[in-house]
Amino acid sequence: MAAGPARPPGRPRAQMPHLRKMERVVVSMQDPDQGVKMRSQRLLVTVIPHAVTGRDVVQWLAQKFCVSEEEALHLGAVLVLHGYIYPLRDPRSLVLRPDDTPYRFQTPYFWTSTLWPAAELDYAIYLAKKNIQKQGALVDYEKECYDQLHKKISHAWDLVLMQAREQLRAAKQRRKGDRLVIACQEQTYWLVNRPPPGAPSVLEQGPERGSRTASHVHMTKSADFYKREIEYCRRALGRTRVKSSVCLEAYLSFCGQRGPHDPLVSGCLPSNPWISDDDAYWVMNAPMVAAPTKLRVERWGFSFRELLEDPMGRAQFMDFLGKEFSGENLSFWEACEELRYGAQAQVPTLVDAVYQQFLAPGAARWINIDSRTMERTLEGLRQPHHYVLDDAQLHIYTLMKKDSYPRFLKSDMYRGLLAEAGVLLDTKRRVFPFTRRPRRSSPSPALLPTPVEPTAASGPAGGNGVA
Amino acid sequence: MCDQTFLVNVFGSCDKCFKQRALRPVFKKSQQLSYCSTCAEIMATEGLRENETLASLKSEAESLKGKLEEERAKLHDVELHQVAERVEALGQFVMKTRRTLKGHGNKVLCMDWCKDKRRIVSSSQEHAVTMPCTWVMACAYAPSGCAIACGGLDNKCSVYPLTFDKNENMAAKKKSVAMHTNYLSACSFTNSDMQILTASGDGTCALWDVESGQLLQSFHGHGADVLCLDLAPSETGNTFVSGGCDKKAMVWDMRSGQCVQAFETHESDINSVRYYPSGDAFASGSDDATCRLYDLRADREVAIYSKESIIFGASSVDFSLSGRLLFAGYNDYTINVWDVLKGSRVSILFGHENRVSTLRVSPDGTAFCSGSWDHTLRVRDGGRWAF
Repeated sequence: MAAGPARPPGRPRAQMPHLRKMERVVVSMQDPDQGVKMRSQRLLVTVIPHAVTGRDVVQWLAQKFCVSEEEALHLGAVLVLHGYIYPLRDPRSLVLRPDDTPYRFQTPYFWTSTLWPAAELDYAIYLAKKNIQKQGALVDYEKECYDQLHKKISHAWDLVLMQAREQLRAAKQRRKGDRLVIACQEQTYWLVNRPPPGAPSVLEQGPERGSRTASHVHMTKSADFYKREIEYCRRALGRTRVKSSVCLEAYLSFCGQRGPHDPLVSGCLPSNPWISDDDAYWVMNAPMVAAPTKLRVERWGFSFRELLEDPMGRAQFMDFLGKEFSGENLSFWEACEELRYGAQAQVPTLVDAVYQQFLAPGAARWINIDSRTMERTLEGLRQPHHYVLDDAQLHIYTLMKKDSYPRFLKSDMYRGLLAEAGVLLDTKRRVFPFTRRPRRSSPSPALLPTPVEPTAASGPAGGNGVA
Repeated sequence: MCDQTFLVNVFGSCDKCFKQRALRPVFKKSQQLSYCSTCAEIMATEGLRENETLASLKSEAESLKGKLEEERAKLHDVELHQVAERVEALGQFVMKTRRTLKGHGNKVLCMDWCKDKRRIVSSSQEHAVTMPCTWVMACAYAPSGCAIACGGLDNKCSVYPLTFDKNENMAAKKKSVAMHTNYLSACSFTNSDMQILTASGDGTCALWDVESGQLLQSFHGHGADVLCLDLAPSETGNTFVSGGCDKKAMVWDMRSGQCVQAFETHESDINSVRYYPSGDAFASGSDDATCRLYDLRADREVAIYSKESIIFGASSVDFSLSGRLLFAGYNDYTINVWDVLKGSRVSILFGHENRVSTLRVSPDGTAFCSGSWDHTLRVRDGGRWAF
């Protein structure tokens, strides 16, 4: 292999941690005591030492990592794809067969991490060697590459041919076994670095990261950077933290509570539409239905946020508040959401509307907030922006959450819904599993006319998106 | 004879104070000047102060960071898998591919579900909506389902209203909303169609008004490319988390633009972040082949999901509805399903023929979709019993 020209800057090796890890695996596989069983492989009349069978590779991986054979086969296949292990008999395809097919470990010289990116000159020499050695040895795509390279580096072509001949001459002086091995090693290296059309390139990394330092916000370790860090640390030190035990217990109760509602964990009734091709589940759980399912009504009791996020739940809550003559609270909250997430151009209009309706003295739906918050809010209205109503919104939200919401859950209205909600019986397994309903694509929300909302205040795309 | 006789003194006007003094040469930013001895001494001490300040700032920052770690460690009284010992194990999972979507002519890079739970938008190296650049790395569905946003190497995020009128040229109606100085890596609508949050290779995140394209807030603090973001499902809806090439995951206050919390335990680029459904924690997937769970109230990492046999980076993560399962797509073409509480792997899924680049659970949790460089998207589900 010619000592190639200076490597163009590719993705730095530090950013390909998987290569290092693969190399560690491959090195431990070659351990004389703990590694894969090595044997000499007979290929026609030559005997190649230090070969392993595909089956042994898979079994070693399965045992070492305590994984299934399927996973071990996959891991082995990935090692072969990256050229760390190569097949002796059929070097054209980098595939791991879990049988007696012989394989060998690639020499570190050809590892991707040592010799990457592959140089054009080297590829030209390799192809030239193949061409000289045996006419017609080059496959279609190789012939194309060869011609392209010939055009591109025609000025150095004499060097290419000379190097190729020299390497072939040196190779002749080696033993047949060594020659075969080196040829396989080289071939594998080029299969990885110049994959045939159609085969995935394992070395492709996607768009470059952090390379364009010119247009980069470069955080040099300047005084400013450290000052910012110090400020952040000071703030962080002042923060209250919660004990791990408390936080982790919260996960347990959250997962436990939501488990039955999670289709991937507990299934869903009557059936998962993706499996049975039956839309029933989606129809029953549409944003607005006449009869919400029991699970859905249960969820309204999990948290106030959950109740508000469900359009039906919100509508029911609005009805309940109406009965208590505090519906303006929810309407105010919705208006605040509209302001927070609305268009910038709408801000003055929205703020004004909210003031007129909810905050002005004598307003039609005047909300009851403490005087200090009201003062601050009115003050802030002079310079309206998206978050000018945050304080008031939080106050009202907390009020609803701590006061109205618990009462709602205890109310006859809610209890009634819970009792009425259809509890689905387990549908018996279809007798004829092969009868499938024809799949129809659902109408796009972009086509549907905006549905007329019931009592709940209409929030344009505010809150939850209604399909 | 002594050496001092070799010192030559020039007499003249000092370049700084202009007084007539004995001068000596000084170098300031590779330019030679002549200063009198007083001015030369002042310059030397100034330089010393500057270096001292930088060094002292650095050591102050380090010591504060150390103290912060101590404070965080004080309240760490138990590990997640210990607490989860009394939780019932999940058992065997069988996941099957229910739909394979082939339609992209090239690598699928990103996808998002529509809130109607059935539609998906996906982006790839070539895009159906004609785009000037080849890599479209980010895409998002608007909450109303009437528009999509996408962007990538063009440094922009553009919003396309969805239309099914065949005569309409979608590209004509597109609106360029965000402008960054480097590639767009992620985008997401907030609670409405009118605001978009973006993350970029230029190291910043930004909040934009869709209609006017105005920048509402920008978020600076990452030391390298920002690769992913996720909005918090919290009650007050004010924060989001971002992950970047500086190995940091940062939580931001959308209103003030300040970083509220930062976590730096990953050993490589963070490719994906996703909030736990309760909003009290988030998971991250990284090139270091691990996924980690960070708790916001405890202010620390609380779990690592890794296995010796998993060597390749995790490109995309998402939780199931209850937060019990964590799905992660990896660059070795597989998807690993983790038990979030117990920390063990529940299942490994094969099927893709190239790296899994994107993975999202559907809004109602009935299935999850993975997109891959093998040009396909797969919708999968299953459960603890085979259907």
